[in-house]
Amino acid sequence: MFLKFCAKVMKPIFLLTVFLSLMQATVFAQSDVEKKIQTQLILAEDGETINLPAGTIEIGGTLSLDGKNNITLRGAGQDKTILTFKKQTQGAEGLKITNAQNIVLEQFTVEDSKGDLIKAQGVKGLEFRDITARWTGPPKASNGSYALYPVQCQTVRIERCTAIGASDAGIYVGQSDSVWVTACVAKNNVAGIEIENTTHAWVWKNQAFANTGGILVFDLPDLPKKQGGHVKVYDNLIGRNNFKNFAPKGNIVGKVPPGTGVMILATNDVEVYQNKIWENKTASTAIVSYFISENPIKDKQYNPYPSRVYIHDNIYSEGKRMPTWKSKLGFIFWWKFGKKVPHILYDGIENPDWKDAQGHIKPEYKICIGPNENGTFANIRADKLGLFKGKISKDKTPYDCAF
Amino acid sequence: MTAPFKIFGLFAMGIFMLSANILPEKAPKTLLSEYGYFSGALQNLQPAEGVFLYEVNAPLFSDYAEKSRFIYLPSDARLQYRESGAFQFPEGATIIKNFYYPLEAAHPEKGRRIVETRLLLKEVKGWKALTYIWNNEQTDATLEVAGASFPVSWIDAGGKKINLEYVVPNVNQCKGCHSYDGQFTPIGVTQKQLDRTLAGNRNQLQIFQQQGQMEGLPASFDPEKAFHLADYRQREISLDASARAYLDANCAHCHNPHGPASTSGMFLNAEETDLEHLGVGKPPVAAGRGSGNRKYGIVPGKPSESILLYRMEHTDPGIRMPELGRQLVHEEGVALIREWIHGLRG
Repeated sequence: MFLKFCAKVMKPIFLLTVFLSLMQATVFAQSDVEKKIQTQLILAEDGETINLPAGTIEIGGTLSLDGKNNITLRGAGQDKTILTFKKQTQGAEGLKITNAQNIVLEQFTVEDSKGDLIKAQGVKGLEFRDITARWTGPPKASNGSYALYPVQCQTVRIERCTAIGASDAGIYVGQSDSVWVTACVAKNNVAGIEIENTTHAWVWKNQAFANTGGILVFDLPDLPKKQGGHVKVYDNLIGRNNFKNFAPKGNIVGKVPPGTGVMILATNDVEVYQNKIWENKTASTAIVSYFISENPIKDKQYNPYPSRVYIHDNIYSEGKRMPTWKSKLGFIFWWKFGKKVPHILYDGIENPDWKDAQGHIKPEYKICIGPNENGTFANIRADKLGLFKGKISKDKTPYDCAF
Repeated sequence: MTAPFKIFGLFAMGIFMLSANILPEKAPKTLLSEYGYFSGALQNLQPAEGVFLYEVNAPLFSDYAEKSRFIYLPSDARLQYRESGAFQFPEGATIIKNFYYPLEAAHPEKGRRIVETRLLLKEVKGWKALTYIWNNEQTDATLEVAGASFPVSWIDAGGKKINLEYVVPNVNQCKGCHSYDGQFTPIGVTQKQLDRTLAGNRNQLQIFQQQGQMEGLPASFDPEKAFHLADYRQREISLDASARAYLDANCAHCHNPHGPASTSGMFLNAEETDLEHLGVGKPPVAAGRGSGNRKYGIVPGKPSESILLYRMEHTDPGIRMPELGRQLVHEEGVALIREWIHGLRG
């Protein structure tokens, strides 16, 4: 009993002592506010809410939270609490949350980190609410990769967040399971919203404007989490994603042609419906295999083909602009279609193992194109080298099916 | 800080110290000297009873800081040998790592400045990391949990004066590297690092076993045949072994299938045999501008087209690797990896 009492009384005193000893330190280059926030993150107790003060706060190194449960990090509002990493010298990320459970981040802005703005890895139960994550100034290759970046997380909710200027993806969810992305705005990123090697993701009521590509659903090789899928993309506004591709070379999104609305790459079980997709000049909706990237595939467990993709009830409208010439795909589209690029494009590269005796793709692996407003279609029938063979088919009947 | 606060702080610290031994979890000590790991003047780092020195084959580059490493074991407690992964430590054990700069690299006899001592304490719940910063007088070091930075300078081996803003990690950053499947873990106390020939041509692991500091080393253990890292600083050993040891020590604490960088699919631990996982012909996953507009992690024969080398050659926090603990380019390491990639055949 006495021990228990002592433990209860002593712990706050211990924390206070540590804190006071921190305050007395003089040799440190970190600002007092930064040090205070980092100390709070280190000492945070189960169930604690850490309030970030209003104002623009300069942060010089990654702020990190590790191994904690039930913590809320709350700002005074997106326009009031602004953490700026413009002069960052330590660590690449702005905020980093690792190996934690039930973490909520809300109502603040982070900007201009050297690498990713907010990275969360190995978190079970993660919510970002009313967060702005942005790189200021004109979008450029020297911006960090991802604005909001949960990876290897479980149960992720991203709501009412804004992501601007990422040189890879604004909102990027990788190798995770059970994900909501809703009521968010992504603009001036290379990819607006990207769901990668992630299962059970719902992406709805978001706005993706003026990115290179609006919403991407990708499965990539060589990753610990091999396969994504069961992804729904619906009720989103996906418009004018014609921004130049400013991704540093080597990154897969560097291959996304400017003017891409929705791109599904090598993912299974993806439903895209009831979206408004307009004025994306190159490919309003593209369904492609990994071969189109022209990258070699060495991962033997990797499936490079999309399957069970269902595109229906979307509203497409004309771009009246030339597709981009700055990518091979775009150039082919321009060559073949001029200003009238069909809205739904399929690369037509099929897995021979998924065919029946008659050479037709088995029903469980099909690509289905349902009714869409203005949903013109083309199978560009590329081959495995990603090369165009010149036998484009606009016949939609083989894809007239539903899941 | 105002006087009443200071008094209160001292008062609180007093109570805290008095009560330290009845706390359920051992509270960290404020000063390094309080642990009694060293006897005599602290700065001489003379191990006290129960403390012994160990060496690793392939050290991590830490901005040219030199390190001395010790293990403290409670009386009658022993390390448990493991063939792979970190050795098992008894409760109450501590790994002690001191970071220092010789004032002149070419003349170690002219003295050194110890900057930091890091402790890994094995407690009931698992490992705890603490770091202590040395005072300028070199008489003691003080606990620091939230990280810090301060200037250090020294004369390098070429006679050039180097000025550096030395960075001490916060406890979360410690785990940024010391992580295995999300659990805190030691990195260097493994067979591959400690299977090493010491002066007198004796094997370090066998010495530990003979002296009763370790148990579990099989009688059949053959130091020559056992899997171990090369000492990459000794250039007479094979280039491939040196390079793989360098990558293991400097990258694989994160870049392994159970480490924080497993997300990248790039595994640089010495056990990895899949060239793709090493980065050969592998496009980046989330490197961003860290790719340097290069296409693959490693392009055999072409170091200047390999992302791996690009990240080693830069100090910008958004590009450099490792992310933590390196602000200077390790010229010798870069030269080694450059030569290795140059010699690889696709």
